[in-house]
Amino acid sequence: MASYRIQNGGAIDRARPVKFRFDGKSYTGFDGDTLASALMANGVSLLGRSFKYHRPRGLVTLGSAEPNALAEIGEGARREANVQMTMVELHDGLIAQSQNRFPSLRFDLMSVNQLFSKFLVAGFYYKSFMWPSAFWEPVYEKIIRRAAGLGRAAEGPDSDHYEHRHIHCDVLVIGAGLAGISAAQTAAAAGSRVLMLEEHAWLGGVSAYDDDPVDFTAQLDGRDDLQILRRTTALGIYDHNVVLALERSGDHLGEIADGHPRQRLWIIRPKQIVVAAGALERPITFDNNDKPGVMLSSAARGLANRFAVAAGKDVVILAADDTAYEVAADLHAKGIKISAIADMRDQIPSFARAQIPENIRVIEAAQPIKALGRTCVRGLRLKHAGSVENVKCDAILLAGGYNPNVHLLSHAGSAPVWKEEIHAFVPADTSGPIWAAGACRGIFDASACRVDGEVAGANAAMAAGFPFGVKSLGPVLESRATLDRLHVSGKGKAFVDFQNDVTEFDVRLAAQEGYQSVEHLKRYTTLGMATDQGKTSSVNGLSVLADALGKDISDVGTTRFRPPYTPTAIGAFAGHARGRDFQPIRKTAFHHCHEDLGAVFVEVGQWLRPRYYPQAGEDIFSAIKREAKAVRTSVGVCDVSTLGKIELFGPDAAKFLNRLYINNWMKLAVGKARYGVMLREDGCLLDDGTTSRLAEDHFFMTCTTANAARVLAHMDYASQILFPEMDVGFCSATEQWCGLALAGPNSRKVLGGLFQDLDVSDEAFPFMGVRETEFDGMPARIFRISFSGELAYEINTHWGCAAALWEKLQAAGQSFGLTPYGSEALGVLRIEKGHVAGSEIDGRTTAKDVGLGGMMAKKDCIGKAMAMRPGMVDEKRPALIGLKPVNRADRLRGGAHFVSPHDVGVSKPVQSLGWVSSVADSPNLGHWIGLGFIEGGQSRIGERAMCVYPLKDEAVEVEICNPCFFDPDGERLRG
Amino acid sequence: MHQINCPWCGPRDENEFSYQGDANCRIATQSKAPEEIEDLLYFRPNPKGLHKEYWHHVSGCRQYIIVERHTLTHEIRSARLARSPQNQEQS
Repeated sequence: MASYRIQNGGAIDRARPVKFRFDGKSYTGFDGDTLASALMANGVSLLGRSFKYHRPRGLVTLGSAEPNALAEIGEGARREANVQMTMVELHDGLIAQSQNRFPSLRFDLMSVNQLFSKFLVAGFYYKSFMWPSAFWEPVYEKIIRRAAGLGRAAEGPDSDHYEHRHIHCDVLVIGAGLAGISAAQTAAAAGSRVLMLEEHAWLGGVSAYDDDPVDFTAQLDGRDDLQILRRTTALGIYDHNVVLALERSGDHLGEIADGHPRQRLWIIRPKQIVVAAGALERPITFDNNDKPGVMLSSAARGLANRFAVAAGKDVVILAADDTAYEVAADLHAKGIKISAIADMRDQIPSFARAQIPENIRVIEAAQPIKALGRTCVRGLRLKHAGSVENVKCDAILLAGGYNPNVHLLSHAGSAPVWKEEIHAFVPADTSGPIWAAGACRGIFDASACRVDGEVAGANAAMAAGFPFGVKSLGPVLESRATLDRLHVSGKGKAFVDFQNDVTEFDVRLAAQEGYQSVEHLKRYTTLGMATDQGKTSSVNGLSVLADALGKDISDVGTTRFRPPYTPTAIGAFAGHARGRDFQPIRKTAFHHCHEDLGAVFVEVGQWLRPRYYPQAGEDIFSAIKREAKAVRTSVGVCDVSTLGKIELFGPDAAKFLNRLYINNWMKLAVGKARYGVMLREDGCLLDDGTTSRLAEDHFFMTCTTANAARVLAHMDYASQILFPEMDVGFCSATEQWCGLALAGPNSRKVLGGLFQDLDVSDEAFPFMGVRETEFDGMPARIFRISFSGELAYEINTHWGCAAALWEKLQAAGQSFGLTPYGSEALGVLRIEKGHVAGSEIDGRTTAKDVGLGGMMAKKDCIGKAMAMRPGMVDEKRPALIGLKPVNRADRLRGGAHFVSPHDVGVSKPVQSLGWVSSVADSPNLGHWIGLGFIEGGQSRIGERAMCVYPLKDEAVEVEICNPCFFDPDGERLRG
Repeated sequence: MHQINCPWCGPRDENEFSYQGDANCRIATQSKAPEEIEDLLYFRPNPKGLHKEYWHHVSGCRQYIIVERHTLTHEIRSARLARSPQNQEQS
């Protein structure tokens, strides 16, 4: 293939050739090339296939606005799809693949889609695939997904590493073009801390595409007052001036050193922002304007000057703007043959024409008709002076004028306004704290951009508190002659949006079908919805719409741009918060003890709790039964360290508890514990637990593991907002006290062996008693409370004493066969006793629903008034009951619904009478038991009901019974 | 990405806070009529403009802060401790 490399010049290092692969073939470029420029230098101009019609596509731009030249970069888990080749710096070993073609880029079978293009117009998927509807998922969607699309996703979890960094600065400058650099220098000179972001690896913006660009690196690097982040794209401006920026810190390196991130997401909090994001050249819409070889004139100029690559051997420049002549002069100087400048304007300013040698042909008032050629451009058919001419060429360069890059300013909420003088949208408000400078506000002349940058930099610095002699300078607007028509009406495929294959015809059709608002047009045609967010297409599309509606473009308006500015890997947003690092794991002080016993853990919030302790040959069910039985027959031990623990102090502590809980706390004796229930403000149950009085003004509260944080926040709310007059202080002590529950008929003997100085007799240490003692010289608290319904104690001591406590307890319990039990066995035991837990306190139930209405004391408490509303105390509300299968061999299911027996098996929806909240296969009763809520509650005890579980197509007849299945008189726990 | 100027801790990132809703209502006791409490709980205004709301500095000083925030622009006009006597008198 012929080389398109220009012999001299450019910012490439010809001494350092770089080898890379594209579609399996080896190529060589130079250090300083991008993937796009290196492929173009090698004569590879067909770079991709389009989204819908699979049309051959080539390079359009040189930057992050690129709609066509997308590739998959890397392999396997590291493969990244839809990467713009223009933004990929060439490095040794780079592997790239073209996308959306089958079997190959040059011969793509799916390009037959073009033949059906009449059926693939705007909204085709709404129109063509409507019937039969059953075909949508199994047939149509698969066809569409295969036919239309971009690159393939990676084959495995992302093996790269991403990091987040936070930074503050006085002035943030976005874009290191001429305006941005002036702004940064001025703001830094004023004494403010400046951070400047540049998307490319080099500085200078569009001036870096000059033949002999200024070297800004020497001027700007190594300064204390000015930090520059290269290869860093500002993704968006968010509330409170926060800017997110993505630094591609590792993508340009062949290999990323261990521990270094591939990309870095910067979260920037500047006081003031100067947006100097430049402008984007716009294409011209005409038939076949998407052939490889049709590109923006600015891209051809940059290719020639910076990368020493000729866009073609013989080019035509299609001009609607004066800049075409600068481009022509530059290309001519590089030895590229210019067959003609086809200027669409009737009047060409003489200063423009003076820039080019006289022997270059200029065609005035030219109307492009069609780009000729099959896979690549072979000529341009145009009409001028009443006749049609085919001009031979291998590249057509479009100079359609410039659109100020208003994306970021639009994120911040400022809608762009149409500026007739330059035929472009400009930001409406650019006066702090988000300033705009240079081309992004419609100032295109280089020296004017510098001045504008200085003004913006000085203004931003001053607003950030660093006064500097601000020049008062009115708006500098270089008059430029740009054609006001941005499209040429004609036949055939005139593309407005290259990436989403939206043609001028599609836009007109949508307008004709009534999609006349820009937002509707966007969604109906997908114009501007591709990964390039319509950077090259948006304004041209609006221009067609305005024409179709007979309106001015200023009356049509723009859609709002949204972050991120460029496609961003999800990994960058996740940063370190992925996999096991997503959130911390909380382990109790006994964790290693459980591990030694081979415990299987369950996650409860962030906590890991032992679920059960399987012994050799045991499955989960037999392990749970063994553990639960051991507690009822001898003694078991359970880690309860995860329970929320809160210490309360102060003269008003009891009064405060009285307002939190529905029951009374004023008369609780020192050394006694009490079970309490608290409500939300709306009267539903919030949480339950025991609270002990350790001194007149000192209480110790426990709450459930899952609700611990919520209860503490609720208490903050109550004490700070509802009852600020109460003198009470409290803090979480969950991780200060470790806890073990010792339960079973032999628990007293084990406790006595462990604390030999303590009188553990029933008289000295009765049910609901609390004792403070010492363990290993550290404070310990023992509570005689029971969740299992057995004689039981909870031992709390210093978190650091856990290992010793566990070890000594094993010794004391050995002769009684002390059995560790996990959360599953605990669940079985509490269901046998009819104790409520999270499945019953589910956010919808009241104290009365769960059978605790009798605890409601006469005094006031949070949620009481709402809990007393008629609907909350209605006797018909589903209330807690127990249930057991009539056929004792049947299995019960949590989540099953109670229905009337004649509603079973009926195909139409039937009424639910209630639901099953918790079930257990009780080893102590020998059959399944459950807790549930049914209309009428306890009044139905003795009745039968049907329990249906449609997920498994099960229906089980059950007997409604008292929720307490085991030792209903509580003799065991008081024994 | 709000930044809230906590009266105790200074300017802190919003992810240290937990939003706790309208600060114009406070349901301390059952002395109010149930209908009135219901209104406070369920029929809260959703104004376009400045709004007083509770933010709990849950990963900081654990204080409830009354933040005056513009619901359209997210501008934060003021941030004061909810427990300050001045705020108590208002509600």
